[in-house]
Amino acid sequence: MALDQIFGIAGSALNAQSVRMNTIASNLANAGTVAGTDQDAFRAKRTVFKAIMDQQGSPQDSSYQGGIKVQEISNDPSPVRRLLDPGNPLADKDGYVYTSNVNEMGEMVDMMAASRSYQNNVEVINTARQLMMRTLEITKA
Amino acid sequence: MNVLDNALGVHAQALNMRSQRMELLARNIANADTPNFKARDIDFKQVMQQTQDTAMTTTQAGHIAQGEAAADKGVMYRTPFNTAFDGNTVELHVEQAKYGKSAADYQATLNFLEQRVSGIRKALRGD
Repeated sequence: MALDQIFGIAGSALNAQSVRMNTIASNLANAGTVAGTDQDAFRAKRTVFKAIMDQQGSPQDSSYQGGIKVQEISNDPSPVRRLLDPGNPLADKDGYVYTSNVNEMGEMVDMMAASRSYQNNVEVINTARQLMMRTLEITKA
Repeated sequence: MNVLDNALGVHAQALNMRSQRMELLARNIANADTPNFKARDIDFKQVMQQTQDTAMTTTQAGHIAQGEAAADKGVMYRTPFNTAFDGNTVELHVEQAKYGKSAADYQATLNFLEQRVSGIRKALRGD
Protein backbone atom coordinates (compact mmCIF):
# COMPACT_ATOMS: atom_id res chain seq x y z
CA MET A 1 0.00 0.00 0.00
CA ALA A 2 1.67 3.10 -1.22
CA LEU A 3 -0.62 5.47 0.71
CA ASP A 4 0.69 3.98 3.98
CA GLN A 5 4.22 4.88 2.94
CA ILE A 6 3.30 8.54 2.57
CA PHE A 7 2.79 8.83 6.33
CA GLY A 8 6.29 7.50 7.00
CA ILE A 9 7.93 9.63 4.33
CA ALA A 10 6.21 12.89 5.27
CA GLY A 11 6.70 12.06 8.97
CA SER A 12 10.45 11.71 8.47
CA ALA A 13 10.41 15.09 6.71
CA LEU A 14 8.54 16.68 9.63
CA ASN A 15 11.20 15.31 11.97
CA ALA A 16 14.07 16.59 9.80
CA GLN A 17 12.55 20.03 9.42
CA SER A 18 11.92 20.35 13.15
CA VAL A 19 15.56 19.46 13.84
CA ARG A 20 16.48 22.20 11.37
CA MET A 21 14.23 24.70 13.16
CA ASN A 22 15.73 23.68 16.52
CA THR A 23 19.21 24.30 15.15
CA ILE A 24 18.21 27.72 13.84
CA ALA A 25 16.68 28.62 17.21
CA SER A 26 19.94 27.64 18.89
CA ASN A 27 21.92 29.75 16.40
CA LEU A 28 19.71 32.79 16.99
CA ALA A 29 19.88 32.36 20.77
CA ASN A 30 23.67 32.25 20.63
CA ALA A 31 24.07 35.04 18.09
CA GLY A 32 25.15 37.58 20.70
CA THR A 33 27.60 35.44 22.67
CA VAL A 34 31.26 36.38 22.88
CA ALA A 35 34.31 34.29 23.79
CA GLY A 36 37.89 34.98 24.83
CA THR A 37 39.56 32.93 22.08
CA ASP A 38 38.94 32.19 18.42
CA GLN A 39 38.36 28.47 19.11
CA ASP A 40 35.81 29.07 21.87
CA ALA A 41 33.63 31.41 19.78
CA PHE A 42 30.20 30.04 18.88
CA ARG A 43 29.95 28.69 15.33
CA ALA A 44 26.56 28.61 13.59
CA LYS A 45 25.26 25.04 13.24
CA ARG A 46 24.05 23.70 9.90
CA THR A 47 21.86 20.62 9.41
CA VAL A 48 22.82 18.40 6.49
CA PHE A 49 19.92 16.39 5.00
CA LYS A 50 20.18 13.06 3.28
CA ALA A 51 17.57 10.95 1.49
CA ILE A 52 16.81 7.54 3.02
CA MET A 53 17.42 5.33 0.01
CA ASP A 54 15.65 2.12 -0.84
CA GLN A 55 18.11 -0.57 0.19
CA GLN A 56 19.28 1.14 3.35
CA GLY A 57 18.83 0.23 6.98
CA SER A 58 16.95 -2.59 8.63
CA PRO A 59 13.55 -3.88 7.43
CA GLN A 60 11.66 -2.15 10.25
CA ASP A 61 12.74 1.19 8.76
CA SER A 62 10.99 0.29 5.52
CA SER A 63 8.11 2.69 6.19
CA TYR A 64 10.57 5.58 5.97
CA GLN A 65 12.07 4.50 2.64
CA GLY A 66 12.31 7.45 0.30
CA GLY A 67 12.05 9.81 3.27
CA ILE A 68 14.70 12.07 4.70
CA LYS A 69 17.03 12.08 7.67
CA VAL A 70 19.50 14.48 9.26
CA GLN A 71 22.89 13.14 8.31
CA GLU A 72 24.95 15.45 10.47
CA ILE A 73 24.97 18.84 12.15
CA SER A 74 28.12 20.67 11.11
CA ASN A 75 29.71 23.98 12.01
CA ASP A 76 29.50 26.93 9.65
CA PRO A 77 33.08 27.42 8.36
CA SER A 78 32.81 31.18 7.89
CA PRO A 79 35.23 33.22 10.09
CA VAL A 80 34.22 34.66 13.46
CA ARG A 81 34.39 38.41 14.02
CA ARG A 82 36.95 39.99 16.33
CA LEU A 83 35.80 43.02 18.31
CA LEU A 84 37.86 45.47 20.34
CA ASP A 85 36.23 45.55 23.78
CA PRO A 86 38.92 45.97 26.47
CA GLY A 87 36.29 46.43 29.22
CA ASN A 88 34.91 42.92 28.72
CA PRO A 89 36.14 40.45 31.38
CA LEU A 90 36.48 37.82 28.60
CA ALA A 91 38.80 39.99 26.47
CA ASP A 92 42.25 38.58 25.60
CA LYS A 93 45.52 40.35 26.36
CA ASP A 94 45.12 42.68 23.37
CA GLY A 95 41.57 43.62 24.44
CA TYR A 96 39.70 41.64 21.77
CA VAL A 97 36.64 39.41 22.15
CA TYR A 98 35.44 36.92 19.53
CA THR A 99 31.77 37.00 18.56
CA SER A 100 29.80 34.22 16.89
CA ASN A 101 29.63 33.92 13.11
CA VAL A 102 25.80 33.73 13.12
CA ASN A 103 24.17 35.78 10.38
CA GLU A 104 20.81 36.65 11.95
CA MET A 105 19.13 37.72 8.71
CA GLY A 106 20.20 34.52 7.01
CA GLU A 107 18.94 32.47 9.96
CA MET A 108 15.53 34.17 9.85
CA VAL A 109 15.19 33.39 6.14
CA ASP A 110 16.24 29.80 6.76
CA MET A 111 13.67 29.56 9.56
CA MET A 112 10.91 30.66 7.18
CA ALA A 113 12.03 28.12 4.58
CA ALA A 114 12.03 25.36 7.21
CA SER A 115 8.57 26.24 8.50
CA ARG A 116 7.17 26.33 4.96
CA SER A 117 8.66 22.91 4.27
CA TYR A 118 7.09 21.65 7.51
CA GLN A 119 3.67 22.99 6.46
CA ASN A 120 3.99 21.39 3.03
CA ASN A 121 4.54 17.99 4.56
CA VAL A 122 1.61 18.44 6.95
CA GLU A 123 -0.56 19.11 3.89
CA VAL A 124 0.78 15.99 2.22
CA ILE A 125 -0.22 13.93 5.26
CA ASN A 126 -3.68 15.53 5.39
CA THR A 127 -4.39 14.78 1.74
CA ALA A 128 -3.18 11.19 2.06
CA ARG A 129 -5.35 10.69 5.15
CA GLN A 130 -8.46 12.05 3.42
CA LEU A 131 -7.89 9.77 0.45
CA MET A 132 -7.44 6.79 2.75
CA MET A 133 -10.70 7.54 4.55
CA ARG A 134 -12.50 7.83 1.22
CA THR A 135 -11.04 4.53 0.10
CA LEU A 136 -12.45 2.90 3.21
CA GLU A 137 -15.88 4.29 2.39
CA ILE A 138 -15.95 2.37 -0.89
CA THR A 139 -17.63 -0.48 0.95
CA LYS A 140 -20.66 1.73 1.65
CA ALA A 141 -21.19 2.54 -2.04
CA MET B 1 -15.01 -15.58 -9.01
CA ASN B 2 -13.89 -14.58 -12.51
CA VAL B 3 -16.96 -12.41 -12.85
CA LEU B 4 -16.08 -10.46 -9.74
CA ASP B 5 -12.40 -10.16 -10.74
CA ASN B 6 -13.32 -8.54 -14.04
CA ALA B 7 -16.14 -6.47 -12.60
CA LEU B 8 -13.81 -3.79 -11.29
CA GLY B 9 -12.11 -3.47 -14.69
CA VAL B 10 -8.93 -1.48 -15.00
CA HIS B 11 -9.85 0.70 -12.07
CA ALA B 12 -8.40 -1.57 -9.40
CA GLN B 13 -4.99 -1.47 -11.11
CA ALA B 14 -5.36 2.22 -11.82
CA LEU B 15 -5.96 2.92 -8.12
CA ASN B 16 -2.80 1.00 -7.28
CA MET B 17 -0.76 2.97 -9.81
CA ARG B 18 -2.21 6.25 -8.61
CA SER B 19 -1.30 5.58 -4.99
CA GLN B 20 2.23 4.59 -6.05
CA ARG B 21 2.54 7.84 -7.97
CA MET B 22 1.37 9.78 -4.89
CA GLU B 23 4.03 8.04 -2.82
CA LEU B 24 6.73 9.11 -5.29
CA LEU B 25 5.49 12.71 -5.23
CA ALA B 26 5.46 12.64 -1.41
CA ARG B 27 9.09 11.50 -1.54
CA ASN B 28 9.93 14.44 -3.77
CA ILE B 29 8.23 16.93 -1.43
CA ALA B 30 9.91 15.40 1.65
CA ASN B 31 13.31 15.71 -0.02
CA ALA B 32 12.83 19.26 -1.30
CA ASP B 33 15.86 20.43 0.72
CA THR B 34 18.12 17.39 0.32
CA PRO B 35 21.32 18.11 -1.63
CA ASN B 36 21.76 16.04 -4.82
CA PHE B 37 18.28 14.51 -4.59
CA LYS B 38 16.76 13.83 -8.00
CA ALA B 39 12.97 14.15 -8.33
CA ARG B 40 11.17 11.16 -9.85
CA ASP B 41 7.75 10.56 -11.31
CA ILE B 42 5.71 7.83 -12.98
CA ASP B 43 4.40 8.18 -16.53
CA PHE B 44 0.91 6.95 -15.69
CA LYS B 45 -0.30 6.61 -19.28
CA GLN B 46 2.71 4.55 -20.31
CA VAL B 47 2.49 2.19 -17.35
CA MET B 48 -1.25 1.62 -17.81
CA GLN B 49 -0.60 0.93 -21.49
CA GLN B 50 2.05 -1.64 -20.59
CA THR B 51 -0.30 -3.29 -18.12
CA GLN B 52 -2.99 -3.55 -20.78
CA ASP B 53 -0.60 -4.88 -23.41
CA THR B 54 0.84 -7.59 -21.20
CA ALA B 55 -2.57 -8.75 -19.97
CA MET B 56 -2.90 -12.41 -20.89
CA THR B 57 -5.88 -14.61 -21.54
CA THR B 58 -6.35 -17.45 -19.08
CA THR B 59 -7.11 -20.84 -20.55
CA GLN B 60 -6.35 -23.05 -17.55
CA ALA B 61 -7.49 -22.90 -13.96
CA GLY B 62 -3.93 -22.38 -12.68
CA HIS B 63 -3.19 -19.36 -14.84
CA ILE B 64 -2.79 -15.96 -13.30
CA ALA B 65 -5.46 -13.64 -14.62
CA GLN B 66 -3.66 -10.40 -15.38
CA GLY B 67 -0.13 -9.06 -15.24
CA GLU B 68 0.35 -6.80 -12.24
CA ALA B 69 1.92 -3.50 -13.11
CA ALA B 70 5.50 -3.72 -11.89
CA ALA B 71 6.08 -1.19 -9.13
CA ASP B 72 9.20 0.47 -10.47
CA LYS B 73 8.25 0.31 -14.14
CA GLY B 74 7.89 3.67 -15.80
CA VAL B 75 9.61 5.54 -12.96
CA MET B 76 11.66 8.30 -14.50
CA TYR B 77 13.73 11.25 -13.36
CA ARG B 78 12.13 14.62 -13.78
CA THR B 79 13.71 17.30 -15.96
CA PRO B 80 13.66 20.50 -13.88
CA PHE B 81 12.78 23.91 -15.30
CA ASN B 82 15.74 25.42 -13.49
CA THR B 83 18.71 23.67 -11.98
CA ALA B 84 19.73 24.31 -8.38
CA PHE B 85 23.26 24.83 -7.07
CA ASP B 86 23.08 21.88 -4.68
CA GLY B 87 22.14 19.36 -7.40
CA ASN B 88 18.57 19.02 -6.16
CA THR B 89 16.00 18.79 -8.96
CA VAL B 90 12.86 19.12 -6.79
CA GLU B 91 10.81 22.19 -7.64
CA LEU B 92 8.47 22.42 -4.70
CA HIS B 93 5.59 24.23 -6.37
CA VAL B 94 5.64 21.93 -9.37
CA GLU B 95 5.52 18.95 -7.03
CA GLN B 96 2.71 20.48 -4.97
CA ALA B 97 0.65 21.08 -8.10
CA LYS B 98 1.26 17.53 -9.28
CA TYR B 99 0.42 16.11 -5.86
CA GLY B 100 -2.88 18.03 -5.83
CA LYS B 101 -3.76 16.87 -9.34
CA SER B 102 -2.78 13.34 -8.44
CA ALA B 103 -5.07 13.41 -5.37
CA ALA B 104 -7.95 14.50 -7.63
CA ASP B 105 -7.12 11.69 -10.07
CA TYR B 106 -7.14 9.23 -7.20
CA GLN B 107 -10.60 10.39 -6.18
CA ALA B 108 -11.82 10.09 -9.77
CA THR B 109 -10.64 6.48 -9.95
CA LEU B 110 -12.23 5.92 -6.56
CA ASN B 111 -15.54 7.23 -7.91
CA PHE B 112 -15.43 4.81 -10.83
CA LEU B 113 -14.73 1.97 -8.41
CA GLU B 114 -17.61 3.04 -6.17
CA GLN B 115 -19.96 2.95 -9.15
CA ARG B 116 -18.82 -0.55 -10.02
CA VAL B 117 -19.27 -1.72 -6.46
CA SER B 118 -22.75 -0.23 -6.17
CA GLY B 119 -23.65 -1.80 -9.52
CA ILE B 120 -22.63 -5.24 -8.27
CA ARG B 121 -24.50 -4.66 -5.04
CA LYS B 122 -27.66 -3.72 -6.92
CA ALA B 123 -27.39 -6.82 -9.10
CA LEU B 124 -26.95 -9.03 -6.05
CA ARG B 125 -29.85 -7.49 -4.15
CA GLY B 126 -32.16 -7.62 -7.14
CA ASP B 127 -34.34 -4.73 -6.13
